[in-house]
Amino acid sequence: MGFGSDLGIYLPIAEISVNIFVLFGMGAAVGFLSGMFGVGGGFLITPLLIFYNIPPAVAVATGANQVIASSFSGALTHFKRGTLDVKLGSLLVIGGIFGAAIGIYVFVLLRELGQLDLIVSLLYVVFLSTIGGLMLYESVKAMRRTKAGQLATLKKPGQHNWVHRLPFKMRFRASKIYVSIIPILVLGAAIGFLSSIMGVGGGFIMVPAMIYLLKMPTNVVIGTSLYQIVFVTAFTTVMQATTNQSVDIVLAFLLMSGGVIGAQYGARIGQKLRGEQLRALLALLVLAVGLRLAIELFVTPDDLYSISLAVVTGGA
Amino acid sequence: MKTVLRLVVLLAACFAGQVAYAQQRPSNTETVEIGLSTDTIAITSGFRGTDLTVFGALDNADPLIQRQGRYDIVVVLEGPERNFVVRRKDRYLGIWVNAESVSFQHIPASYSLASTRNLQDIATPKVFAQLGLGVNNMFYEPMPDGFGSSQTLKEFTPELPRLKLKQKLYSQRPGDVQFLSATLFRATLSLPANVPVGKHVARAFLFRNGEFLRENATSLNIVKAGLEFRIYRAANQYSLLYGIFAVFLAVITGWAGRLVFRKD
Repeated sequence: MGFGSDLGIYLPIAEISVNIFVLFGMGAAVGFLSGMFGVGGGFLITPLLIFYNIPPAVAVATGANQVIASSFSGALTHFKRGTLDVKLGSLLVIGGIFGAAIGIYVFVLLRELGQLDLIVSLLYVVFLSTIGGLMLYESVKAMRRTKAGQLATLKKPGQHNWVHRLPFKMRFRASKIYVSIIPILVLGAAIGFLSSIMGVGGGFIMVPAMIYLLKMPTNVVIGTSLYQIVFVTAFTTVMQATTNQSVDIVLAFLLMSGGVIGAQYGARIGQKLRGEQLRALLALLVLAVGLRLAIELFVTPDDLYSISLAVVTGGA
Repeated sequence: MKTVLRLVVLLAACFAGQVAYAQQRPSNTETVEIGLSTDTIAITSGFRGTDLTVFGALDNADPLIQRQGRYDIVVVLEGPERNFVVRRKDRYLGIWVNAESVSFQHIPASYSLASTRNLQDIATPKVFAQLGLGVNNMFYEPMPDGFGSSQTLKEFTPELPRLKLKQKLYSQRPGDVQFLSATLFRATLSLPANVPVGKHVARAFLFRNGEFLRENATSLNIVKAGLEFRIYRAANQYSLLYGIFAVFLAVITGWAGRLVFRKD
């Protein structure tokens, strides 16, 4: 009956009592950042939930559910503006569903082996430090250049690369490219796999891959990636719900409602700030989250032993 | 305050006259009874754990032995049986990784014990081992192919009750069975916040002069009530619909957010 009992809410799937305002605030803060930087925020939500003692399996499944809300309205806007390549996006979705299905299978396997928490943490450490490091490097370079008086431009790499030599080419009108469907399916599958294991949308990998690998024009990149994310995270959510029963709808709703509100304010602030500085800030944040997860892997745990319900009826 | 659980019991009047017979009856007719006023407890979502009071009666007691305080009672509440895995982390390349594990079966998910005194003062360890009574005397049955070697099994078995005690799912409360009168006693058990739902069995064990006489059991159903539990049940029983609803809810939330903020 101590402090917090009035603000407490019991999460039916995570099976712990949490403070409503902490979760709402977490959703709002991540929503604010995602509105400001134009990212989905799934890669921040899942680690934050793990820091808040939500079981990683629930954090991942619920993270995917939460991403739908933040991506759906964005995808809709791009669809209306015509900055969404439905044909290419649909191929990404097909690949994504394959990848997500494999991901769910691996997820169940890891859970049975008792290695899920470790693998989720490791994947996050690897991805967050790589992405954070690259972003920091790129934005610091851009800041130096602007200081030196040059115009900050994204460098355009060579017109053609190995991707364009692959067979099964297809023409995509909205993107104005003629490219093999193999890299599209593979990219979609990779993102789908990460979506189901890490609970992210995967925009932070898909956007650079579309620009640099597929050479898509930047104006359709965000919309098309959001389109893929909505479908793949929706598929992941349903799969997680049916195979692991680990989607916590109460938790997801708290995060979503906070996130939707936070995103609106974030977007307004984001328009007033300079791009490079923003990206440097986000990079530092991403690195900090990655570092915190990494430390936990190396620090000697309080208790070397742990107990959990034996998953499935195996062993007999 | 949330659920106050008070399981009051029957008895009282019917035992009053029987003490008179005590002297000439054969030495072994004492009985122990416990009763619960309800067979179902509904726990709401805000439940943060509570004490469960069980009343019981010691019948046909020998007044002499009783005066000397040589009757002892142990009451346990055992939760539903589940299978558990105990894992140990080892260090690989500096990272702590779950390495060895042992699987156990038919383990009560929760276990709360109350006794008149410390168990070692009631009877010899051998007696408790035979009864499997007490957190350290229960038999933790490994799954037939759930462990590597007998060495690991030996190492992991004591960890199971230790971890359960740490999670407060197992508890032992010596001194929390108290005689209220010559025949009536009260046992205070722990229902932790994370008490598992399902069929629980309450058992009372009667000891006289360090010797086990008999036990009596009654069952209790613990269910969770409220919206949160209905959500939990939906997630398990109608998982496909639940998943589709989760997606639908996210789409609506995202869309509603856009509508509300679109004015500027």
